[in-house]
Amino acid sequence: MVEKVSTSLSSLSMLQPKAEVRNLNFYYGATQALKQINLVVPEKRVTALIGPSGCGKTTLLRCFNRMHDLYPGNRYEGEILLDRINILERRVDPIAVRMRVSMVFQRPNPFPKSIYENVAYGLRVQGLLKRDFIDHQVEQSLRSAALWDEVKDRLKDSALNLSGGQQQRLCIARALATEPELILFDEPTSALDPIATSSIEDLMSQLKQQVTILIVTHSMQQAARLSDYTAFMYLGEMLEFNQTTTLFNQPLHQQTEDYVRGRFG
Amino acid sequence: MAQTDSAPPDLLAVQGSVSQRQLQDGLFAIVGLLTILVATIILLALVLQLAIQGFPRLTWQFFTSFPSSEWQQAGILSAWIGSALVMLVTAAIAVPLGVAAGIYLEEYARKNWLSALIEINVTNLAGVPSIVYGLLALGFFNDLLKLGESILTAGLTLALLILPIVIVTTREALRAIPNSLREAAYALGASRWQMIWDHILPYASGSILTGVIIGLSRAIGETAPLITIGALTFIAFLPPAPIQPSFPYISLEWLQAPFTVLPIQMFNWVSRPEPEFQINAAAAGTVLIGMTLAMNGFAIYLRYRFRRGVKW
Repeated sequence: MVEKVSTSLSSLSMLQPKAEVRNLNFYYGATQALKQINLVVPEKRVTALIGPSGCGKTTLLRCFNRMHDLYPGNRYEGEILLDRINILERRVDPIAVRMRVSMVFQRPNPFPKSIYENVAYGLRVQGLLKRDFIDHQVEQSLRSAALWDEVKDRLKDSALNLSGGQQQRLCIARALATEPELILFDEPTSALDPIATSSIEDLMSQLKQQVTILIVTHSMQQAARLSDYTAFMYLGEMLEFNQTTTLFNQPLHQQTEDYVRGRFG
Repeated sequence: MAQTDSAPPDLLAVQGSVSQRQLQDGLFAIVGLLTILVATIILLALVLQLAIQGFPRLTWQFFTSFPSSEWQQAGILSAWIGSALVMLVTAAIAVPLGVAAGIYLEEYARKNWLSALIEINVTNLAGVPSIVYGLLALGFFNDLLKLGESILTAGLTLALLILPIVIVTTREALRAIPNSLREAAYALGASRWQMIWDHILPYASGSILTGVIIGLSRAIGETAPLITIGALTFIAFLPPAPIQPSFPYISLEWLQAPFTVLPIQMFNWVSRPEPEFQINAAAAGTVLIGMTLAMNGFAIYLRYRFRRGVKW
């Protein structure tokens, strides 16, 4: 099995990797949630993590910005290289990691502040005060998130007055404002209606021009529509990683095939 | 189970037990309503009686006169100013300490046996009789720290008394903020302090303020601990003004001044033999109730103000 994974990885070796996971184990207390994960996240591509509930895909995603450090008892083993620097090392400050790797959550979670302040917050925590620069970044990020035209006249309004889909696009704009190199999406459309979902998906396929995207999704159709590469996880293991078309059409493993054909999940 | 394949049970046959259960329901509603009515009516009658009795004395002169042995000339000037200054000290000490302790316990402290022990103790402290705080203050602030029978001692004592209330409400307010907002702030590279200061604390401030005001409105009515530390009952002068006409303009001498407060003044008048002084006491009581109601009303307003437009 390990051999097969490595062959499928070697066929991807010409890719420019933005991040690389090497032999990652992760523990919630005594429970091992991730087992010997290896993965390449290619630069300026969309990589999807799929798999049945509880397979560890969200756990893996949250390793990339050290979200697990917020709660006691969690432990990493192995490496995640971001531009050849292991971000799991102790001397790397999680705050420094999060300034380069931002995240969009499952449910829209805007701050109960104005639209402008929501987008500007990532810059403010870094101590940036120049008004012109912040104004510029807020506008650019809202434009990239395809929200600018809807909100440009009410930047001072509360973000909570926006619709669910708009709130999620605001969260994407907020994540873009610090010009991250990698954006993590944790089932970003699972709380949205189909129209809002399709606008977020359009947005993501545009964003990959400028940034690397790693997305966890429950929907195989979404992974198939959106991603260039797909990783299938099962019971805490990385079972298969390949180009999306290959993974969906000629899966190497029986479990992968059963899952992508909708036989379980 | 012989009836399983016969007709469904007759609806009329079960009617008896249904009516009985509905009767129980109705009875409880009536008993509950009666209890509430009795409680509120008695309370309302007491307050109204106090207000009606004291109303004729609620004149401008009453608020601007010192106590006197002549009931017509007696007033609550030193008492209400004393109450206000003591509350100022209480709030200035209890709010920062209590909010900081609440933040520490909720956001920083690791959840282990030590934090559990502290939590149990804080909750227990809220139930300690106030006179015990008075004894503690007499020994610690008055004798040991030599702060005297002053406004400062009184403020410190009442601050101790309401500290558990402030800590517990702060923790509850922080706990009510959804974790998704904490994670959102962290994910943007905020440090723990930035997350608390920029987000959690502002969002929780309405509830925290409500707790503070409820604590203060308890403190304003306290008599026992202040008598224990030696508050005066008859005082015909005011503490030195905090703002002075000459340099350095601000004076803290008032902190060391002797004082009285409204409930003590009231207690003093009630113990007088002359019936006219009872009317003075009723008037002072009305003022005290008015102050408490105003503070509670303000707390309700704040809660409304802060929660409007903040939903998650």
